[in-house]
Amino acid sequence: MATVEQENPLTEGLERAPVHPTTLIIFGATGDLAQRKLLPAIYNLAHEGALPERFNLIGIARSEQPDDEYRDFAREAIEKHSRRPPDETVLNSLLERMRYVGASFDDPAAYEGLANIARELDDEAGVPFNRVFYLATAPSFFETIARALGERGLDRREGAEVRLVVEKPFGHDLASARELNRGLLSVFDERQIFRIDHYLGKETVQNMLVLRFGNGIFEPLWNRSYIDNVQITAAEDIGIGTRAEYYDRSGALRDIVQNHLLQLLTILSMEPPVSFSADEVRNEKVKVLHAIKPPEPDDVSKRVVRAQYAAGVAEGKEVPGYLEEQGVATDSETETFVSLRLGVDNWRWAGVPIYLRAGKRLARRVTEIAVTLKPVPHLAFQQSGSLGVQPNQLILNVQPNEGVSLSLVAKIPGARMRVRPVHMEFAYGTSFMSQSPEAYERLILDTMRGDATLFARDDEVEAAWGIVDPILEAWSHASGPLPQYAAGSQGPSEAGAILEPGMEWRPL
Amino acid sequence: MTVEVWTAENTTPADIDAALRKLLEEQHVRGEGLAPARVLNMVTVVDAAWRGEVLNRLERVGRYHPSRTILCAVEDGRETIDASARLSADGTGDPNLISVVEERVDIRMGETHLRRLDAIVDPLILPDLTTVVWAPHGHHDAIEAMRGLADVVLLDASDDPNPGRAIQWVCHLQDYAYVVDLAWLRGTPWRERIAATFDPPEWRPTLRQISKVVVRHRPDSVVSGVLMLGWLSSRLGWSPGSLVEGDGGRRHGRARAGKTEVALQLDPAHDLGAPGLGGITLETADGSMLSLDRSEGGLAAKRHTRDGRESSWVVLGASRGEAGILGEGIRQALLRDPTYGPAVRCAGAMLS
Repeated sequence: MATVEQENPLTEGLERAPVHPTTLIIFGATGDLAQRKLLPAIYNLAHEGALPERFNLIGIARSEQPDDEYRDFAREAIEKHSRRPPDETVLNSLLERMRYVGASFDDPAAYEGLANIARELDDEAGVPFNRVFYLATAPSFFETIARALGERGLDRREGAEVRLVVEKPFGHDLASARELNRGLLSVFDERQIFRIDHYLGKETVQNMLVLRFGNGIFEPLWNRSYIDNVQITAAEDIGIGTRAEYYDRSGALRDIVQNHLLQLLTILSMEPPVSFSADEVRNEKVKVLHAIKPPEPDDVSKRVVRAQYAAGVAEGKEVPGYLEEQGVATDSETETFVSLRLGVDNWRWAGVPIYLRAGKRLARRVTEIAVTLKPVPHLAFQQSGSLGVQPNQLILNVQPNEGVSLSLVAKIPGARMRVRPVHMEFAYGTSFMSQSPEAYERLILDTMRGDATLFARDDEVEAAWGIVDPILEAWSHASGPLPQYAAGSQGPSEAGAILEPGMEWRPL
Repeated sequence: MTVEVWTAENTTPADIDAALRKLLEEQHVRGEGLAPARVLNMVTVVDAAWRGEVLNRLERVGRYHPSRTILCAVEDGRETIDASARLSADGTGDPNLISVVEERVDIRMGETHLRRLDAIVDPLILPDLTTVVWAPHGHHDAIEAMRGLADVVLLDASDDPNPGRAIQWVCHLQDYAYVVDLAWLRGTPWRERIAATFDPPEWRPTLRQISKVVVRHRPDSVVSGVLMLGWLSSRLGWSPGSLVEGDGGRRHGRARAGKTEVALQLDPAHDLGAPGLGGITLETADGSMLSLDRSEGGLAAKRHTRDGRESSWVVLGASRGEAGILGEGIRQALLRDPTYGPAVRCAGAMLS
């Protein structure tokens, strides 16, 4: 029988498991990510009582400013971007826990200051706090910061855990991803590194695992015998906004497909893990990535379509084309739309085409996975005068209307046996009373709890780049203007070229 | 935004059911991007004079709302049933988003109807959904009548001025339904924080050394206090004896913890505005002490270790307020807390 020392008997039945006292250190503490996502998410965790019992935040950024000025900055960011109006008393108490270090990330003084404050906070509490270093900086600083932390011995802590959180992009191709991993792993162990892909923090993405492995109805059908094809779409109706500098160097393939869409693909097609521990889940995801054969250079044009948005009408107003956007070169060859056909070459999925599609300035904002089942082998019903029998489709809607929809064929009321598709809908909003928390709230909490299940592992990132790299390589040899599609449209007409005969993209 | 309302006097459950179906069909035909919520049925029985107050409470629970509410307002001497049904949507204004529709049935009935409340309500509840019954003004006969239909009874054990009787009623209900107790939910942040304090492995052995527990509570929240002691007793394997009431409403008792004893104490705190707990102090035999007290922005924690070190901090968390507690009660109807039942049994032993 377990003794009191081995297990904490007080945690039984509690929805929120205790989190060890933690100091969260944000590099890039005055940047856009910190302002819009991290600080509001931390506030919301504080509001709900979900932060560790003892918690401190140290912000580091280049600008010099005293603690109080940083607290004012944080207050403004939280008031502007929090999903709920802040409670003044909680906000004030949270701000009191914030400290600030103003220095450049390659300045040894930054790490001296950081180490001093962190030690002071530990001493004050009489407890060694866990430390979570969150790199909300440009990727070019990742290795610099990791190395500097290691040189000053901040990568380890007697009696406490030290973790490093890295934001995407994890490299810009396979070689740079490997180099980044090597750099980080020369200081930290893989178990200490948390690579954030915020898509994995979305409730609907996590629910895919429950849908697949918690319902006996789907698993027997989840294979090449019953599934005809899969379409995974991440469509945005917005343009690049103020992100021209980043986006023009990235493009849709790197920005969305390499990480978010391949993550969705792996969750959709992975084998059941032995348990839902971080490594068991990630082992299965990596197996899927290894089973995806990257396109051969000569094959890229047949399996991948890229395009740019042209001027058009979006969000009810006329908008410029990508090449007219501020900060974009007029001869830019960066794709704002990409669609590709992949296959998972394993026992379960061989021969099932999996289509990915991502783009900006499309007709609608939607992220979904459409699983189309094979048609019935024999049609005994009248087809004339009705929409007829169409293959069943299971739609997993990630955003904005989070939910699951299953299309079935039903008889149209009347004397004749006419049929048409109908939909069985499950919408999150109708079945759960609670709002889904922001993905960052869940992920930040997971970093403090040390649960890496929803984070990308080094081999996972590299395997994903291994699929995308040959496409980037082929594109680098194919210069010339890209196909265009009107802003606010369904995307380029060329996108249909990669589909199997008779197949169509789902309308956005 | 209210979508549709139907009303009728001297009506029957079958008519109300038909009207609800018609409203839903009409709404579906209009196809306005509306989807009916399907979370739980909530049957609420209230005194007619306090109907508005209870409705306000239900509206303030925010996002934790039941999908179909059947509000039964009881009037003295009434012999017929009047009813209204309404669908309302949480319109966001965004045409790309689905609006979720809630349904509410208001029934005015007499005391005599309560004995067969199940027969009135049965046609109106959505099958396959959890059914919760809540009678904030007593009406135990209504709850008894709902035995066969109710999966969950929502109550506030602090509503009964006699804490022993309140706990007995909970024990009785637990024989046939899951009980969600607002008095218990008011203690959730406290339980979470106490659990967190003792979670670091170096602190866990201290749990075996607890020698005294003092719980401070609003005078009308004795049940919340005794449930906190009950929770500690059941989780830590203590066998509590009866609490003895002393001067000023203070209650004392002892629990056997293996070969040692733990002193238990409930102190009424008269300056507390909101119901529930005001603070808790845990002492160990070797002289260390931990206390948590309500404060601005969360709970003020203070620790005194046996070597004389003292530290204090605030455990962050916003007050949920009474509306938030009720919302949490509705949410908890779809979850199961395995620790409430054992805590109630220990509380019963202390109040016997």
